Amino acid sequence: MLDDRLLFEKSVVGRTGIRPPVPDVPLVKPSDLLPATLIREDIEGFPELSEIDLSRHYTALSSLNFGIDTGMYPLGSCTMKYNPKVNEDIASLKGFTAIHPYMPDSLVQGALKVICELEELLKEITGMDAVSVHPSAGAQGELCGMLMLASYFKDRGEDKRKKIIIPDTAHGTNPASSALAGFSVVPVKTDKSGILSAEAIREVMDEETAALMLTNPNTLGLFETNIKEIADIVHEKGGLIYCDGANLNAIMGLAKLGDMGVDIVQLNLHKTFSTPHGGGGPGSGPIGVTAELEPYLPVPRVIKNENGTLSLTTDRPNSIGRLRAFYGQFLVLVKAYSYIRRLGGEGLTKVSETAILNANYLKEGLRGTFDIPFDRACMHECVVTDKLQLEESGVSTMDIAKRLIDYGFHPPTIYFPLVVSGAMMIEPTETESLQSIDELVRVMKLVSKEAKEDPQTVKSAPHRAPRKRIDETAAARNPVLRWREEA
Amino acid sequence: MNHPAELKYTKEHEWIKIEGNQAVIGITDYAQDSLGDVVYLELPEEGDSITRDEGFGVVESVKAVSDLYAPISGAVAEINDSLVESPEVINDDPYGEAWMLKVDVENASELDELLSAEEYEQYIEEESS
Amino acid sequence: MPYIPHTDEDLMQMLNRFGPEYLENLRNLIPEELRSTRALEIPRGLSEQDLVKHVSALASENATVEEYASFLGAGAYNHYVPSLVRHLAGRSEFYTSYTPYQPEISQGTLQALFEYQTLICQLTGMDVSNASLYDGASATAEAVLMACRLRKKATKVMVSGTVHPEYIETIKTYLSASEIEVEVLGYSTRKGGETFLTKIEEAEDGSIACLVAQCPNFLGVIENLNTMHELVRSKGGLGITVVTEPLSMALIKPPSELGADIAVGEAASFGSPLGYGGPYLGFMATRDEFVRQMPGRIAGETKDADGKRSFCLTLATREQHIRRDRATSNICTNQGLSALQAAIHMAALGRDALKHLAGLNFSKAYYLKNRLTSASGIYMAFTPHFFNEFTIRFSRGVDVDAILDALMEDKIIGGFNLKRINPELNCHLLINVTELNSREDIDRLADKIIELTEKK
Repeated sequence: MLDDRLLFEKSVVGRTGIRPPVPDVPLVKPSDLLPATLIREDIEGFPELSEIDLSRHYTALSSLNFGIDTGMYPLGSCTMKYNPKVNEDIASLKGFTAIHPYMPDSLVQGALKVICELEELLKEITGMDAVSVHPSAGAQGELCGMLMLASYFKDRGEDKRKKIIIPDTAHGTNPASSALAGFSVVPVKTDKSGILSAEAIREVMDEETAALMLTNPNTLGLFETNIKEIADIVHEKGGLIYCDGANLNAIMGLAKLGDMGVDIVQLNLHKTFSTPHGGGGPGSGPIGVTAELEPYLPVPRVIKNENGTLSLTTDRPNSIGRLRAFYGQFLVLVKAYSYIRRLGGEGLTKVSETAILNANYLKEGLRGTFDIPFDRACMHECVVTDKLQLEESGVSTMDIAKRLIDYGFHPPTIYFPLVVSGAMMIEPTETESLQSIDELVRVMKLVSKEAKEDPQTVKSAPHRAPRKRIDETAAARNPVLRWREEA
Repeated sequence: MNHPAELKYTKEHEWIKIEGNQAVIGITDYAQDSLGDVVYLELPEEGDSITRDEGFGVVESVKAVSDLYAPISGAVAEINDSLVESPEVINDDPYGEAWMLKVDVENASELDELLSAEEYEQYIEEESS
Repeated sequence: MPYIPHTDEDLMQMLNRFGPEYLENLRNLIPEELRSTRALEIPRGLSEQDLVKHVSALASENATVEEYASFLGAGAYNHYVPSLVRHLAGRSEFYTSYTPYQPEISQGTLQALFEYQTLICQLTGMDVSNASLYDGASATAEAVLMACRLRKKATKVMVSGTVHPEYIETIKTYLSASEIEVEVLGYSTRKGGETFLTKIEEAEDGSIACLVAQCPNFLGVIENLNTMHELVRSKGGLGITVVTEPLSMALIKPPSELGADIAVGEAASFGSPLGYGGPYLGFMATRDEFVRQMPGRIAGETKDADGKRSFCLTLATREQHIRRDRATSNICTNQGLSALQAAIHMAALGRDALKHLAGLNFSKAYYLKNRLTSASGIYMAFTPHFFNEFTIRFSRGVDVDAILDALMEDKIIGGFNLKRINPELNCHLLINVTELNSREDIDRLADKIIELTEKK
């Protein structure tokens, strides 16, 4: 029987969970030492459960979840690849988990080595001159890059540069991060072939523009082949190139962002470097820059001393400062470092080659069944649409996505990028086998067939998931955002 | 799509009905249809003044947000409180119960620049093609 | 190759799928002049066992808080995390999933977040919580931005100088691009350890967006937040209470009862290991009326087509993927797994044990304080209202670093030298005690400090 009660509803007054040890010092009463106005008596509604209650509660919840370990998760631009178990073990080593951020540098040389060496590895992979692993996730990396841009132009007396050019295929975080750093957004359209043309950039680029912020490969899964020329146009007018590195999984070992004229890039370790996404974080968003921008990187920085030891420094007068406490998502960094060392340079190159091969193989499989709006060889992901199904039987991308759930697949990213109506953005990643891609193609064709023959079944999907279609409108109209004890 | 002939329209998809010295404002059938199920509405307060072409409120569905732009300038004489409570009415009855504001018209000449139903329909046709 | 399942036959079969022209296109995806001409200079991949050996060697270069008796707090508190947390949050259905965009197959994550939000509301006493932010510092900066949106006409924000110094720096970075001025208020370094409020008293009505104050503050002192927040509200601003040690809320009145409009901070004490500073867990809770200006994901309750209780992400129009450059924040990925860990840890303790744990921390800290201040030359620096962290002051001229170095020889990390943040606090030591510090270690620390002080 389905027990959908919350923790609080399973609570039994007087039941105890995990008690702290018997006190080895005299217990003192807060009321003897603090003013009565400061003392809290009780935490109303807080749950009271036993250990076995909790084990069953969360085990049951986990069974309602779909993860990469459950099945294929071709969520475009999210790079949901296999998360190696060994990295979880490594990040649980006491030598990493049981170290305090304010321990003296001399006691944490191993941790500083991880940070320093990971920064070196990411420099080599991206071709950038300097990397900081400080930002907490991709969006914070973007904000970091944008604030660095602002400081850089301020120091050059070019405060008038207040615009950022952003293509219409961009992730929503791009304009949001730009705005947070005080820039206004100038949208630019991708051309008919799905990429940016040099002409389009030439038209909007001016002396009041700080940067072009682009994603390469872009969110249509296409390599921005004009990037060098575009970078030249932007640089000529004194602007810089910011690259959202969300799609780095397509180019490792094949090309370097530094060679493309990119000045700033943020990476997503929870995508490309397989530190798990955790149901919405923690991520990590290192930032890579050219030598010219290095002084603006956030603090603290890890530096090498003459005697070969490492230490932290905040002595960076041009730095934008810090975006968080301490030094970044350290245990995530440990996992990314392990991932890179396990694969090596050759392995990382193989990762990107295979990711591209998988995406193209998948796209070819869908040809003829689904509309392919930008039909040419893609990088690590491809975009198809619901155009044919919608015209023929009124079945939409949303319906197709929900029906895929019934066949054991996580749906692709849907209705994104916004420039493609009814988009399904599919990223198989390199860790999916030929057989699982064949199965996804088979199922997508089957769903398309069902759309013709039995559209109602598709439109009311999912049928075999833990829940039927969920009413998100009701959730937004009458927000219930927490549990409360019924009066 | 229904766009009554007696109303005036804007390119930002608001409708305006003139009642003496007051303008009643809401959003069009086309606007509510493109938004989908409306879940939230934010309006100015009575007594606030609104300025032509500037935002005066926000209407939201689950996955879209749309700013409301003032078709004319003037002081807000009345707001539809019950619509704020039940914004889903915008989907059901955009021209009737889903009126949003009554505004004292400041400059009657601004009214001349509004679109007729015919012009508005032509505009949305161009937009969507 | 590790993690890539393709056999040679698979590869052949896949490549045969493409016509010769397509294969040529695949080769030319990246323009020739941009293609790398040399292989990545990264060493050959390690086997799994060699990787474990290599990284374990790096780990062993770090001294741990198990090897050393650590009395460091200062925003990162060493608590015992029950085994249950790692085992349950370590279920891969949780950690290998993405942000729950497809609620029908993400009920585990979504319900856990809904419960987390409820636990944070109960702990802080506030109405509504989001599903997490990165860490305490960035969450505080987000709270300040939120206050600025709610008080659009204000020109400055006030931040108490007793807020965690790295949080203050983070606020300054986040606001560096805005017109809003960040004013850091001074505090008494002599006796009270509390914030000076004259600048707020003198401020014009409506000019201040918010006051940010920490409880207990960075020096360990529980300030009179009610008075402070009332004062800022009388000027039209919002009261933001920062908490870096969430366990304190089990014993001290919650932010809601101490005048907070927004309660924000660090919840890593629940469920996250020290981990050299991350990943941690930024929390934020506020009053119902401000929810539409709150940043970050929020899980809400609803029903599915069969009428079954269900959960989904909601109020998404606040967020970057919809509102883009006008979103409440740029945050996308947050700290979902850390929030799950925190929820399990809080629930595993439960109503009663949580209070006991807070009481135990409190008792141990007072035990150490009594041992130290009964010796000559060691004083309580500020008002003795604290939770599990407090500041002691040595006689003038005592070198705190020398004391800390001497303690290190005995495998004790004695605390945080406050000279690092304020040169006036040059004989002050910030000491934290938790349930993980045994009486034996506390006595060892006290004996050694007393011995070192007497020598001077």
